Amino acid sequence: MALTLMKGSEAIAEAAIRAGARFFFGYPITPQTEIPEYMSARMPEVGGCFLQAESEVAAINMVYGAAGTGERVITSSSSPGISLKQEGISYCAGAQLPCVILNVMRGGPGLGNIQASQGDYFQGVKGGGNGDYHLLTYAPSSVQEAIDIMMFAFEKAEKYRMPVLFLADGIIAQMMEPVEMPEMVDFKVDPEKKPWACTGWKPGDDPAKRATINSLYINTEDLAVHNDRLQAVYAEASANEQLWENYKTEDAEFVIAAFGTVARIAKSAIDELREMGVKAGLFRPISVWPFPYTHLAETVCREGVKAVLDVEVNEGQMIEDVKLAINGAKPVEFLGHCGSQFPTTEEIKNKILAMKEGK
Amino acid sequence: MSVVFEKTKLLTDKQFHYCPGCNHGIIHRLVAEAIEEMNLEGNVVGVAPVGCSVFAYDYFNCDMLEAAHGRAPAVATGVKRAKPDTLVFTYQGDGDLASIGTAEIVHAAHRGEKICTIFVNNAIYGMTGGQMAPTTLVGQKTTTSPYGRDESWCGAPIKVSEMLAQVPGSYYIERCAVDTNANILKTKKAIKKAFQYQMEGKGFCLIEVLSTCPTNWGMNPVEAMKWLEENMIPYYPLGVHKDKGAAE
Repeated sequence: MALTLMKGSEAIAEAAIRAGARFFFGYPITPQTEIPEYMSARMPEVGGCFLQAESEVAAINMVYGAAGTGERVITSSSSPGISLKQEGISYCAGAQLPCVILNVMRGGPGLGNIQASQGDYFQGVKGGGNGDYHLLTYAPSSVQEAIDIMMFAFEKAEKYRMPVLFLADGIIAQMMEPVEMPEMVDFKVDPEKKPWACTGWKPGDDPAKRATINSLYINTEDLAVHNDRLQAVYAEASANEQLWENYKTEDAEFVIAAFGTVARIAKSAIDELREMGVKAGLFRPISVWPFPYTHLAETVCREGVKAVLDVEVNEGQMIEDVKLAINGAKPVEFLGHCGSQFPTTEEIKNKILAMKEGK
Repeated sequence: MSVVFEKTKLLTDKQFHYCPGCNHGIIHRLVAEAIEEMNLEGNVVGVAPVGCSVFAYDYFNCDMLEAAHGRAPAVATGVKRAKPDTLVFTYQGDGDLASIGTAEIVHAAHRGEKICTIFVNNAIYGMTGGQMAPTTLVGQKTTTSPYGRDESWCGAPIKVSEMLAQVPGSYYIERCAVDTNANILKTKKAIKKAFQYQMEGKGFCLIEVLSTCPTNWGMNPVEAMKWLEENMIPYYPLGVHKDKGAAE
């Protein structure tokens, strides 16, 4: 298949449509506005619905409504807008509604800036909204990987009945890369597969199949049962859905942990370090929830590995999961900046060299 | 023996949790009967609010979604866009709709969203125990306006029907009450008209229903109804505030 040069935001939007999404609700915010712009032109061509909401709060609630009918629904925003969506995301998680949410991360906190960042890792994987819930959360490091994840994101969301979150830094959305775009998936709501959805129940039908899309369980025991059910789903997803990449870690003495586009900068540093005779490697979580704890531990907790360097475009967020995985077995250092300043290849290289010198 | 009356099939057998003298029971029944009489069963989705009627999803015998506080019109928008031929209604109180949900209701009206909103206005927050709402009358005592609502401090009560009638996208707005048999019948007629407009693909419709809250007003049901007639109706005049269908 031929490769096409596409801007990340447009490629991700097109992939969502190819994956069967026919409903998009969103609100403009830099650096992801190209996604709603693309959807506004493309959705009518495929008989879908693009609707610009009055706010991110409304957009995620429109997602809640449309997802409640069983359709494949997507919304996108950037960090401050994702904060506004947290109420609705928690409700989607509580009501077990499958949907896809794209966060094209920019610098924070507050209004921050409009440049690429990884400052929403905590928000994405440690909660964000109220209550005990998780989102299947993916951190693509290339436009192609974002497309490939999108092609199974709705299936995963539907399998586990939980929202999927893309944690993409602004670079993924803004850069152009050659990509292979998959064929269009033929998706139709199947009421048999989605007995929980609003598909036209009427009095006389099986009362158990009347849709009540809801996250309220007013009795203590009922809420406990509901949360047990959610936790069982999370345990299953956690066991089955971990994705990661190892790059030159077999003989590595220094392992870099990084996600998203930062991992690509780290790869360049690793290649240069290897040319200098320094054995460095990369562990890159692709799913950041579930975090591949065991696989990181297997990569790092062996003879020969001297230390781990966690690199992020924030003040150190994923490093908490990295340390949990390693559990004190190896020293873990951090390199990162907030304010959207991406670490350079040179910086990463020098940091590893300094660690090697024991500085 | 012949059956002369049956409870509508569009209400479940679940016992209402509403307080004695509350008007939600009457209004639920009117909505449910309207759906049944218009043969819309199997083709209707309701959206419940946060507030006293939060459990409406247990009472209306159709597909239902429970929305976050104030967000019902946005949720209904998502449903309606996915199922354009289905009757979609929201059922919201005055705290939900006129306070935290103002953006969602104004913009649903503004878009001419083809949904119907049943707006139950009892001038107080019921579920949380009787706090001041945007609709609380001047001088009315609540648990957060213990000296009576002071207009200079927190404004005059908001008139939702009048406000939404000004929004170009709204199609039909009527304020009703269920204080007398005649008004109950008028309310049902208004609900059916709104549902009819939606099924004809017209724009946004809202039926405001003035309602009592004996528990939080500190009155018995009879006193509460009298208070509604003497205080609420003069400030919130009943009648059609907009009807594009009648104008056409």
